[in-house]
Amino acid sequence: MKHLFFGGIHPNYNKEMSTVVTTFHTIEPKQVVIPMVQHIGAPCQPLVQVGDVVKRGQKIGDGEGLCVPVHASVSGKVIAVEPRPHIRGGEVMAVVIENDFQDTAIEFVKNDLPLEELDADDVLHSIREAGIVGMGGAAFPGNVKALSSMGKVDTLIANACECEPYITADDSLLRTDPEHVLEGMMILRQVLKPERVVLAVEDNKAEAIEKIKALQSDFPQIELKVLPTRYPQGAEKQLVQALTGREVPPASLPASVGCAVFNVSTFAAIYRAVRLGLPLTQRIVTISGEAIKEPQNFIVRIGTRFYDLIEKAGGLNDLTERVISGGPMMGFAQSDLSVPVIKATNSILCLLKDKNGAAENPVCLRCGKCVGVCPMRLQPLYMYRFVNANRVDELNRLNVMDCIECGSCAFTCPGKLPLVETFRKGKKMVREASAK
Amino acid sequence: MKLTVASSPHIRGNFRTNRIMLDVVIALLPALAVGVWRLGIRALGVTLVSIVTAVVAEGIYSEVVRRKKIARGESHVAKNTIADGSALVTGLLLAMTLPATVPYWLVVVGAVFAIIMVKALCGGLGQNIFNPALAGRALMLLIWPVGVVNYHAAGVDGATGATPLHQMVMHALPEESLLDMFLGNCPGSIGEACSLALILGGAYLVWRKVISARIPVAYLGTVAVMSLFFAKAGTPVEWMLYSLFSGGVMLGAIFMATDYATSPATAKGQIVYGIGCGVLTVFFRNFGLYPEGVTYAILLMNAFVWIIDRYTAPRRFGVVKGGAAR
Repeated sequence: MKHLFFGGIHPNYNKEMSTVVTTFHTIEPKQVVIPMVQHIGAPCQPLVQVGDVVKRGQKIGDGEGLCVPVHASVSGKVIAVEPRPHIRGGEVMAVVIENDFQDTAIEFVKNDLPLEELDADDVLHSIREAGIVGMGGAAFPGNVKALSSMGKVDTLIANACECEPYITADDSLLRTDPEHVLEGMMILRQVLKPERVVLAVEDNKAEAIEKIKALQSDFPQIELKVLPTRYPQGAEKQLVQALTGREVPPASLPASVGCAVFNVSTFAAIYRAVRLGLPLTQRIVTISGEAIKEPQNFIVRIGTRFYDLIEKAGGLNDLTERVISGGPMMGFAQSDLSVPVIKATNSILCLLKDKNGAAENPVCLRCGKCVGVCPMRLQPLYMYRFVNANRVDELNRLNVMDCIECGSCAFTCPGKLPLVETFRKGKKMVREASAK
Repeated sequence: MKLTVASSPHIRGNFRTNRIMLDVVIALLPALAVGVWRLGIRALGVTLVSIVTAVVAEGIYSEVVRRKKIARGESHVAKNTIADGSALVTGLLLAMTLPATVPYWLVVVGAVFAIIMVKALCGGLGQNIFNPALAGRALMLLIWPVGVVNYHAAGVDGATGATPLHQMVMHALPEESLLDMFLGNCPGSIGEACSLALILGGAYLVWRKVISARIPVAYLGTVAVMSLFFAKAGTPVEWMLYSLFSGGVMLGAIFMATDYATSPATAKGQIVYGIGCGVLTVFFRNFGLYPEGVTYAILLMNAFVWIIDRYTAPRRFGVVKGGAAR
């Protein structure tokens, strides 16, 4: 049975730009800036002071509650512990380390136990201590997500859709280290005991699909699902729907319909944490877009600043209009390129002015195309009208809080309305009204 | 280098308002060409008068509004709205509903009314409740009926005499063969006679994703099924086909009822609306004062668009009747 999700769009993917360079370059930054907030939840407290000498993998921040630690990604000396610009705006407490280029590491404890002897609590502890968060963008602490899914899920999903244009970070992970992902899936399978374990990938990643198929005989428990490419397939609720036909109820998590979804990079990080004892101190980052000279994928130490990476990729075109952390559909435009790569940064996108960009005078034609493409089955044209009319009652009736801000409506709108930002405003209005 | 900080999404599709309007014009060209060929050069004259009047009216109105805004010192004053192409489309659509003999002064009145009263004063593009072209035609019909329904003028070969719809009111099948009707070889308004040309135009709009086929199919389907039961001459199927190919129903279903601003935005709503237009058209044709009912059927349904959208909202994601979807 073929399940699909509602709505969706087909933007130009432009993924080949960053896959021309097939080997990873690494980068050794002079300094790394490691923010204490790299996940959803409580911020970490710094565990080091200015002047301390740290090793790679050493824990430099941790906290209580919904929180996972952060680690040094280089060896060297702490030269500052102070608020620094963050990709989500504003300044956030960060530990700044000057790289001594020795790459001295702490001792990593390996674990070669057979799968069936792995203890669930030990695995969750390793995941937490390694500082693993959802690496697809949401950055939810991995151990908490796994723990809250225990006993509730019959389907474990590895998300390799990577439906945002330009980004090829997950794709290159699958092309180079597919067994890390599959091993990571087996580890969580052991913990969560689902009936079904699915690796979901869109059909525009032929080479990655071949690599996984070649390994399938070693991992017969894992089902490979190749989905027809369409944005926003990689959104959690849409992927659950596409794979199982189940719809996650409003304001609920996939666990409420028996599913747990993790990004493939997260699975690879889980493998490295549980088996190799490695904390999350590096990740694959795509640098792409028409405005960067040499688009490619890098293996990047967490905390590397955007301008260092941009320089390493040949620098920016003079006509660069925006630099985005994340994808072009849902990413965040940056004004200060001294922001660092964090655990959930899958891409740095450098774009020229969009020839289809915002209109001088945005007008709703009532064409209704936004209704047709909305994967959450909302009515963006009416939501837009009622946000501007300050009608919270109507916004509740229209379920504005269900909006996942995927941008499909704004992408499609011929009148070029500022839909997504208007809906963020509308959600804020609803939250403020219900708080009263 | 100054980096722009703006909300996502950072890329957009190449769909644009003026491109949509251009597609509608292209889609109407075959029907217009048949009209001019059948009815003579005056059909082109009527069309040009209608378009020029509509565009000039829009241009003047927009310029007056702009000047006022500039005088008030508003920082962001948009360009003149004639650039969006919608006035051109309104003028063209109005002309398509008129006979080639219509007095030019009446066309000017209809076009100015459509643009200023029906569209601009309701807030402009996308804000109007009623279809401007049809409302313009309705006003013309009210103040000078003879001018709008006079199909008796000499055109080229054979395009004279009573329209097929007039004959059907008299409980008779038209003199023209079904093929002649389909090809537009019969008297009628400039743009409505040739069903083939209109269907080609509609197919082009569907292919270009400007419109969905839901409204035209629901509308024409309803007219087809209902006219089987209202057959007054010939076999029911003959009567049905004559009903579809005569009058303005083809033009109305494909080009008027699909007007974005005045039709529902939800898929279910579009089907409900199409059926409503069809039912009213058949009723007006059979029980109304005029032989044709398309104009008033669509205008009446226009008034229900918001309420239709409200009650045909898509099912909420993750919720089915009685609880969570599973």
